[in-house]
Amino acid sequence: MRSLVASLLLSAVSLALRAQTIPAPVPDNAVFTLKDIGHAIADPTPQAGRTMPSAANAPADDGQWTMPSKNYASTRFSSQTEITPQNAKDLKVDFTFSLAVNKGQEAAPIIADNTLFVVTAYPNYVYALDLTKPGAPLKWKFSPKPAPASQGLACCDVVNRGGTYDKGKFIFDTLDGQVIALDAKTGTALWRTRLLNLSEGETMTMAPTVANGRVYVGNSGGEMGVRGWIMALDEDSGKQVWKAFNTGPDKEVLIGADFKPFYDSERGADLGVKSWPPEAWKIGGGSVWGWVTYDAELNMLYHGTGNPGPWNAAQRPGDNKWTAGMFARDPVTGAAHWFYQTSPHDEHDYDGINEQILLDMPFQGSMRKVLIHFDRNGFLYVIDRKSGQVLSADPFGATNWARGIDMTTGRPIVNPEKSTRQGEDVRDICPTASGSKDWNPSSFSPDTGLLYIPHENMCMDKMDVEVNYIAGTPYVGAAVHMKPGPGGNRGELTAWDPVARHPVWAVKENFPIWSGTVVTAGGLVFYGTMDGWFKAVDAQTGALAWRFKVDSGIISQPVSYRGPDGHQYIAVLSGVGGWSGAVVSGPVDPRDGTAALGMVNVMSDLPKYTTAGGALYVFSLPH
Amino acid sequence: MCSRFLIETAVISLLALSGCSQGTASLSRAQNPASAQNSTPDVIDSALDPGVDHSLVTSDPHVAGLLENPAAVQTGMRLFAQYNCNGCHSNGGGGMGPDLMDDEWIYGGRLEQIHQTIVQGRPNGMPSWGGKIPDEQIWQITAYVRSMSLPATLAAQNGPTPSQTPAALPRDIEQDAGWAAPDDATNHYTTTVKGP
Repeated sequence: MRSLVASLLLSAVSLALRAQTIPAPVPDNAVFTLKDIGHAIADPTPQAGRTMPSAANAPADDGQWTMPSKNYASTRFSSQTEITPQNAKDLKVDFTFSLAVNKGQEAAPIIADNTLFVVTAYPNYVYALDLTKPGAPLKWKFSPKPAPASQGLACCDVVNRGGTYDKGKFIFDTLDGQVIALDAKTGTALWRTRLLNLSEGETMTMAPTVANGRVYVGNSGGEMGVRGWIMALDEDSGKQVWKAFNTGPDKEVLIGADFKPFYDSERGADLGVKSWPPEAWKIGGGSVWGWVTYDAELNMLYHGTGNPGPWNAAQRPGDNKWTAGMFARDPVTGAAHWFYQTSPHDEHDYDGINEQILLDMPFQGSMRKVLIHFDRNGFLYVIDRKSGQVLSADPFGATNWARGIDMTTGRPIVNPEKSTRQGEDVRDICPTASGSKDWNPSSFSPDTGLLYIPHENMCMDKMDVEVNYIAGTPYVGAAVHMKPGPGGNRGELTAWDPVARHPVWAVKENFPIWSGTVVTAGGLVFYGTMDGWFKAVDAQTGALAWRFKVDSGIISQPVSYRGPDGHQYIAVLSGVGGWSGAVVSGPVDPRDGTAALGMVNVMSDLPKYTTAGGALYVFSLPH
Repeated sequence: MCSRFLIETAVISLLALSGCSQGTASLSRAQNPASAQNSTPDVIDSALDPGVDHSLVTSDPHVAGLLENPAAVQTGMRLFAQYNCNGCHSNGGGGMGPDLMDDEWIYGGRLEQIHQTIVQGRPNGMPSWGGKIPDEQIWQITAYVRSMSLPATLAAQNGPTPSQTPAALPRDIEQDAGWAAPDDATNHYTTTVKGP
């Protein structure tokens, strides 16, 4: 018996090794080209002006980094010039700090008042480090004690995307849905508001946006059948000012007289009810776990909405408003002004929650106020942010689920071959469920006029299966197996010219890029890789200028700041995890390709490259 | 849960104070007629049982019907999907919840321990299913969960979706409580120490 067990164990071991081979990439001809499916309402007119954020949304850089997006324009551009492609090879570690949490670290370090603030993954510790002293000693630590049960409700590791500093307060949220304002000097809580019903599967992972005396937050839980919402809290008291749902009757979505969407398919009474089977909107997702952008110039708030639930699209015929799209709302009242649905009746988990970059850009012979959005669905949208009209939509990664975006209706021209059908395994859908790009934010340099997009190159097989709704449990209904996209490199950093509508250069990475980018006036783009390299490349050419190997893979948001000594510093968190890194940070077995919602199938080799960790790294030139 | 925890703690302290022999200690649990007849018998979460030198086995009468029963694991596999267990645990590889196809059992790998974990839930995110899923079905899910890491089940994996042909639970399933020492390890303890 013992020897039989031993031989079976041996075969199990060899099986495990076999399962760790990555599936073959989808062939090059399985996807459409930019030339075939990229569309715009007019030809480029670069002579009409230079692409820049407005001063209201991107004021002069004070050297701090007070919000994850750097400024309301979300350029993640640092005007620091000390570090350049020429001297980057001399960069050295200035100090490190262990986060004491070995889960995916997605946050941006925040720098204000000579202090560096970090929020960790669950249990969401906040550390404040004193930048005026050698080695940046700890000023204070805050432990918010989130409910342990919330760990079992988070779809994709127990991440947190960071906090924000404003008017002497450090404001962040926790996995179990507390929004907390700390006194930035002492780390004592000024207010804490609990917002979630954990029994229905809600969690909170997004970085709050603080603007105009309000704190904007939203729920996570698109894989749990939650009903998505966004809320404004008063910055001084933490009390609710308004709350808007993203499914259901107009009055609860805050759709009223001000609502003037550009496209016909977004018009009509109570579409948040009528575009669903009866009652399905109550468990239909549309969560707000990504970026909320405040427009100081137009006094507007933009936010994406997450995927509809369940993933099995056969259980929810209809457009499933207002999921997988983008709202413009009045920041004071929450009233909706326009909505644009990037993925009507989403069949592929294409959440609309990625960042919005607010720029003034030449288009059709004049300067237009645009919003640039890189969707999970593979298209890079340039949208007139006053009207909600799509000016151009181009694929920035491997795409075959749609043959472009119809510029008249605004709707994707769906490729029926990649539409999902219950009980049938549909092969080689591009991009995969996590998208051509997930939540990790891009940057924009006014010096080069380029967007720096950290993204993925992955596709999937997806089979929809019937699923029961049981409150507080996953509501997914799909067997997914992911695979590399054409070429086999699972990640890519693309420099994109939004005016000319094409990539300028691209750097291929073995693993999907799950970190953000920061671009500097010194001419460098910084990003991290899942196997633990922190890299600087030339913003003009993409040429590697410097790299450093950290303790664990990087999936966070690097920043650049000016220290109290006047020198430029680059800060980043290590700590692999998140959806793509759960095979390392989570209790996940690489032998199950369907694990972590099908991500393990394409990431089973990651444990051979990195282990779980979590630390702050700060770099500078010798001085 | 609290009250039973208190009771067990009390029993252990009492035994420690009175210096009971190991034999008495094991008798008080394994041969406790009340626990065998009760539909939710006392279950010991820990793998550590001070003063006892042999593995504990599940005493619940449901267990006999699950052993060497291919239908039980098959039904358990169907229920595992029906109650969304696969939403968190995938096909054994985990995701939102821990993987179930390796030999690490956070809350114990004996059948009664797996059953209890499903019934009661666990603090780091496992919901409690007692009273929501019929007990008979919880035992069938238990059998499937235990089967996921059996060498025979793992060996039958064909492709990237494991646990689709679960092996029936062998009669000696309780022997290692879900965890087996590596084959090349020598157990000096059992060769040098004798019980009373």
